[in-house]
Amino acid sequence: MTDAQIEIQLIASLVAVACAIPGTFLVLRKMAMISDAISHSILPGLVVGFFLTQDLNSPWLILFAAITGVLTVVLVEKIQQTKLVKEDTAIGLVFPALFSIGVIMIAQYANDVHLDVDAVLLGELAFAPFDRVYYGDMDLGPKSLWVIGSILVLTLILLFAFFKELKMSTFDAGLATSLGFSPIVIHYGLMSVASVTTVGAFDAVGAILVVALMIAPAASAYLLTTNLKKMIGLACFFGVFSAISGYWMANILDASIAGSIATMLGLVFLMVYLFAPSKGFFAVLYREKQQRREVSLITFLLHLKNHIEIEERHVNHLNEHINWQKVRSKTILSLAQKNNMISISNDVVSLTEKGEEFTSKAIEYILTNEDSLIEDMKEDFFLFRG
Amino acid sequence: MGIIEYIQLVFSDYTLRTITLGTAILGAVTGMLGSFAVLRKQSLLGDAISHAALPGIALAFLLTGAKDSNVLLIGALISGLIGTLWIRGITRRTHLKSDTALGLILSIFFGFGILLLTYIQKLPDANQAGLDKYLFGQAATLVESDVWLMALVTGLSLVVLLLFWKEFKILLFDKDYAQTLGFNTKFIDFLITTFIVLAIVLGLQTVGVILMSAMLLAPAAAARQWTNSLGMMVFLAAIFGASAGVFGTAISATQNNLSTGPVIVLVASVFVLVSFIFSPNRGLLFKRIRLIKNRNDLELQKTLSFMYHIVEDHDDISHPHAIRILNNFRGYSRKGLRKLVDKNYVKLEGDMWRMTPKGFAVAKNLYNQNGKND
Repeated sequence: MTDAQIEIQLIASLVAVACAIPGTFLVLRKMAMISDAISHSILPGLVVGFFLTQDLNSPWLILFAAITGVLTVVLVEKIQQTKLVKEDTAIGLVFPALFSIGVIMIAQYANDVHLDVDAVLLGELAFAPFDRVYYGDMDLGPKSLWVIGSILVLTLILLFAFFKELKMSTFDAGLATSLGFSPIVIHYGLMSVASVTTVGAFDAVGAILVVALMIAPAASAYLLTTNLKKMIGLACFFGVFSAISGYWMANILDASIAGSIATMLGLVFLMVYLFAPSKGFFAVLYREKQQRREVSLITFLLHLKNHIEIEERHVNHLNEHINWQKVRSKTILSLAQKNNMISISNDVVSLTEKGEEFTSKAIEYILTNEDSLIEDMKEDFFLFRG
Repeated sequence: MGIIEYIQLVFSDYTLRTITLGTAILGAVTGMLGSFAVLRKQSLLGDAISHAALPGIALAFLLTGAKDSNVLLIGALISGLIGTLWIRGITRRTHLKSDTALGLILSIFFGFGILLLTYIQKLPDANQAGLDKYLFGQAATLVESDVWLMALVTGLSLVVLLLFWKEFKILLFDKDYAQTLGFNTKFIDFLITTFIVLAIVLGLQTVGVILMSAMLLAPAAAARQWTNSLGMMVFLAAIFGASAGVFGTAISATQNNLSTGPVIVLVASVFVLVSFIFSPNRGLLFKRIRLIKNRNDLELQKTLSFMYHIVEDHDDISHPHAIRILNNFRGYSRKGLRKLVDKNYVKLEGDMWRMTPKGFAVAKNLYNQNGKND
């Protein structure tokens, strides 16, 4: 690995972590699309800032663009307050308009300078190591490393200082307000951090892919844990993993690093989405199947309890009566037998003692209408689940 | 270039005519279908779909090597639909909320599309020029066959819209009721989503993936302000969309260095702004005016009733009182007093005022007939 390669991976990883932290809170606060809006609408801010400073890496430019990002949020909220359109429509109206203004401004006035829409949108990480900071004659490393590094440090300081407040206002805004934390300050604080991060990262990964780095790791982590600290940790891990593996994929394919990182993020999310232990696609599918079987089992047992007559309890009769297919009745019957709920003699099904006990309890619970208790009962009585 | 000259040019110049016609049709169809997206609270779905279409374009090019826009659009349609279905799956199967699902699919698909585009660009023999026009759109590349395709899709969606009007309407406003009536809501839902995706995909070449969502939203959001009827809204949105297309094309054609897509979006945004402010019923301006008028009326009535309470105790209702005593009353103003005089409720004599019998009668029944009072 050359120095430049290490530096690129370092920058990418720092961007990933810097994005994952505010991203986690955006996802939890159901404001993920706001990051999309910010990333588009900083464009006019960048252009105006560039006219004023004539330097793409000036801190003032970053500040200026970040303020535009926060202004976008304010504008969206103002439109929402008029109640003329729904919330999401407000977002969808504001950012294309601002983005269009930015595109037109660039085309009109900034055609001959190094500021084109592609660079802002897509970024070019590969060039990042060539733009370096010097102190006297000493080489201090790439400029974007410093920019994103300071943003990350700032984010971390804010995160540690206000973790409690952030956590509380995210999960229980009412409680946070009653305890005296201003939700507005926290809200705009978070928006400011998201804006600054977006602006800082546009240079490296491009404005739109910042959205991927903010949302995808947090969304993947959210499917794996319900603990906030673990979620932030996992999100950072996914971000860094995708950043580094994405870099190498781009290297092999000779394609855009940012696009490749986003693709890796997508793959990570796809894997988590499919295979997450309790919330993944297959886990949910399996659980739904299990629940369906268990409901059938309970229905079946209740049916048995209701009928003392032999002809109602004959195996063949059950097929017709409860209207189940052959295979399904077989699985339910064997499940009930495995759980010692029923006994079959001469093709006549009857409840065992345990089955009797279970059904009486079940009826009791159904009558008192406390559905949640059924789960505990299943735990107590079932040796084998559906 | 003068306006008349430009209009002449629209009819005589092939390129300009094609572009104008294309953007107008595009605006009409997106406005029409966008109305449904806005009312279904799926405004941002359009944004996600348009971004999700990008890898489809690139993959279609990679697989077929064709630059024919129809083939690419089929790719865009497929990957847009896949994105939509995945968003559905995420919101339905997991506890992730729809905004997360939208942002996730949007950015990941777009990133994948960028990866493919840059990969294609570096292929040695690929004649890929023109693929990146789908990022920002290039109305200038529209040819007559594209416009025919747009017209075809617009006609098709119009027919479907008219055929399923009742179903669409009931699904929009009361889905559960539609289900109890026995409508196949899943099918209607799929139908409407497919047409929205189709409209978005059609616009990619002209407006580009990034700004396409505005074409869907802005005309519909503007139209919503003027009417409460769905039919009228769809009609107005189509008109707004088409005019945004025509005016946007005109502005960008007469200026240097203005790409059509952003200009159309800005024109549509101006429509929204104007509608927000000036629409008679919902608009901010008239709402404000109504508010001020109501407040003035209320204060006038309050002043009158204050006077009434003073006058009440006297045998002679027209006994003069000093204006000074009104000063203690909040809501009293000189202008208000003058208005009362104009209405002949009160008469002024120097520093004194006295109530007329007419004013007394009005004040007495003030709260009985509040609604009828002016």
